[in-house]
Amino acid sequence: MDKTPTTPNLPAAISRRDFNRVAASTSAIAAAGWFPAIVRAQPTKLKVGVILPRSGFEAQLGQSCQRGADISPGIMKELYGVELELMNVDFESSVDRARSLAEKLINDGANVLIGPFDSGAASAIAQVAEQRKVPFVINIAAAPPITEQGYKFTFRNFPTSVDLIRNGLALFRDLFQATGTAPRTCVFMHVNDTFGMANKAAIDRILPTLDYLPFKVVETISYDPAARDLSVEVAKAKASGAEIVMLVCRLNDSILLVREMVKQRYSPKGIISPGSPGMYQAPFYTALGKYSEYCISNVPWYDPKSKMTAIVDRAFSKAFPSEKLMFYALDVGFTVEAMMIAADAFKRARSVDGPVLADAIRQTRITDRMMLGGPIAFDAKGQNTQIASACIQNRKLRPQVVLPAASAEIAPVFPVPDWNSRT
Amino acid sequence: MPLDLVVNVLLGGLLTGLVYGLMALGLSVVYGVVRIVNFAHGELMALAMYVTVVAFAAFRLDPLWMLLPVALGFFGLGYVLQRTLINPFIARPEHAQFMLLLAVALILVNGLLLVFGPDARNVQVDYALDSFQIGPVLVDKVRVVCALVALASCALLWAVFRFTRLGKAIRACADNLLGARIVGLNVAHLYGLTFGIGCACVGVAGTLLTLLVDVTPASGPSYTLLAFIIVIIGGLGSMPGALAGGVLIGVSEAAAGLVFTPSAKSMVSFALLIIVLAFKPQGLFARR
Repeated sequence: MDKTPTTPNLPAAISRRDFNRVAASTSAIAAAGWFPAIVRAQPTKLKVGVILPRSGFEAQLGQSCQRGADISPGIMKELYGVELELMNVDFESSVDRARSLAEKLINDGANVLIGPFDSGAASAIAQVAEQRKVPFVINIAAAPPITEQGYKFTFRNFPTSVDLIRNGLALFRDLFQATGTAPRTCVFMHVNDTFGMANKAAIDRILPTLDYLPFKVVETISYDPAARDLSVEVAKAKASGAEIVMLVCRLNDSILLVREMVKQRYSPKGIISPGSPGMYQAPFYTALGKYSEYCISNVPWYDPKSKMTAIVDRAFSKAFPSEKLMFYALDVGFTVEAMMIAADAFKRARSVDGPVLADAIRQTRITDRMMLGGPIAFDAKGQNTQIASACIQNRKLRPQVVLPAASAEIAPVFPVPDWNSRT
Repeated sequence: MPLDLVVNVLLGGLLTGLVYGLMALGLSVVYGVVRIVNFAHGELMALAMYVTVVAFAAFRLDPLWMLLPVALGFFGLGYVLQRTLINPFIARPEHAQFMLLLAVALILVNGLLLVFGPDARNVQVDYALDSFQIGPVLVDKVRVVCALVALASCALLWAVFRFTRLGKAIRACADNLLGARIVGLNVAHLYGLTFGIGCACVGVAGTLLTLLVDVTPASGPSYTLLAFIIVIIGGLGSMPGALAGGVLIGVSEAAAGLVFTPSAKSMVSFALLIIVLAFKPQGLFARR
């Protein structure tokens, strides 16, 4: 009786075809990633690419945000038990540099990108994040188009210019009501970068629809945020005879503007920002001293009574003993919250895979937060729409909440004293 | 448009332009004699600004008191820089000189960034925010002081070149290098002195500018660009051209801000540059 020879070590039941079938199925399952729990090790740390403008004209703001990033690994370990590895880069306040650094961070293994305190840079980074399928959590950037492009990997925990301005202008009304005043004329001065132009567009759109504001914009003056000299701008503002200055600024230019107003003896009834950085930041007080007083910023702000604020304050004081959180609160707060979003998603997803992490971020719901507003959650566009603003006035050389009344630390002063009567 | 607004703005532009002129003068003098374009010009000025800021922070020294020490220090720095680093490149092609000075510029910018960080720094003197009122016209006190010092510095430089033996020797090198060598002038030494004088101008301009603007490490390249625009408009190598170019840029930027929009100020400088390059490429005040 003939017997087909078989390989002694293999059972006769497995034929070459069976083997190929099993091998093909195994490869297909492996390719589909259906058994990561069996063969892949659980990732132990999340690599976070932090892109900030630590030099160039936005340097102070980038450095301020960097402080938030620096204290985050310890806080995230405490809150979520996850390890963050920060990969810090400086995009030098240049949009092109931001784009190339985002590429580099992803090439170097970043699992998530966080930054960049600049709308132009955020738009550039979002394109890279989308192409490379790596989640990008925006800490601060307000231009609306960033979350209007249908991106799947970009998430913003900061109001859009429209929301920022709408909230900011509502606080103008509250301020006038609280102080029983009604200025009739306003000069609108704004930086001409992406952020400034987005704010201008929002103001142009919203202001005509509001019937509760008593003033009319008599002159609009745009200027370069990197300008060395703003004397012409202030001369034009003064010539307009406007009672108040509505200012969308950055830090250095806000200092230059106030100095120039003092020199040109232009004392408006108030300098009020409807939602921009600059006037509540530490260097503003240092550079201007008594002239920094009474400037008003209607901006997203931190809740001094929240548990998260206490945790962040403790970590901040430990890392920067000579600094006070209140001068960096907005930048540090939103940067720490961006880290929270990433750490929380990483903890739930148990993966560093971009699409998996992005899905987890999409389902974020963080109720214990530092900044004022509802829980951190994202709509279908990746935008958090639950962020509130507060009216902050510089008093006793520090930013203090004057509105809403429930959170007020001190009563607002408006109209403000003129430059000569300040001591 | 109110007349007082126009006068205020144009006067401000004129005064700032004089300081710009002094800054560009250093670049023009160096090119006029040594025939080297100093691509680290603005960065050297940023360095001078930091020296002034540090002196103010440490000893509360008014920048006006710092003018002479900074000028002398930068004269020495310029002399050493020229004799040790730049002189070996004098006969080399222009691109090699460009690379050398670009490297110096990069080292200066990043060195300042390392030491001082990116934050803007300034000096806050008591009179920083003072102004004179003449009828409806307000004149910034600091700008007036800076413009007067800039004018005095230019006059001193002109006198040195016109009336001293050193100035005549330097002019001889610029006019006829071979002839200067034949009559026994130490050309290498004179080149070093000229570079030193150029750096001293930059030092004085930088010290004055700390009264007007903040300084960051990133300020340097923009001042290099500004100085280039000014000397190209005024005429490379022309001393009156540098001063006039500075005034022209200062006034035209101010006027553009007033008539068009302040965002268009820089655009006007570049537009002027293009017009000059198109119709009088040697510059408005060049000798030929």
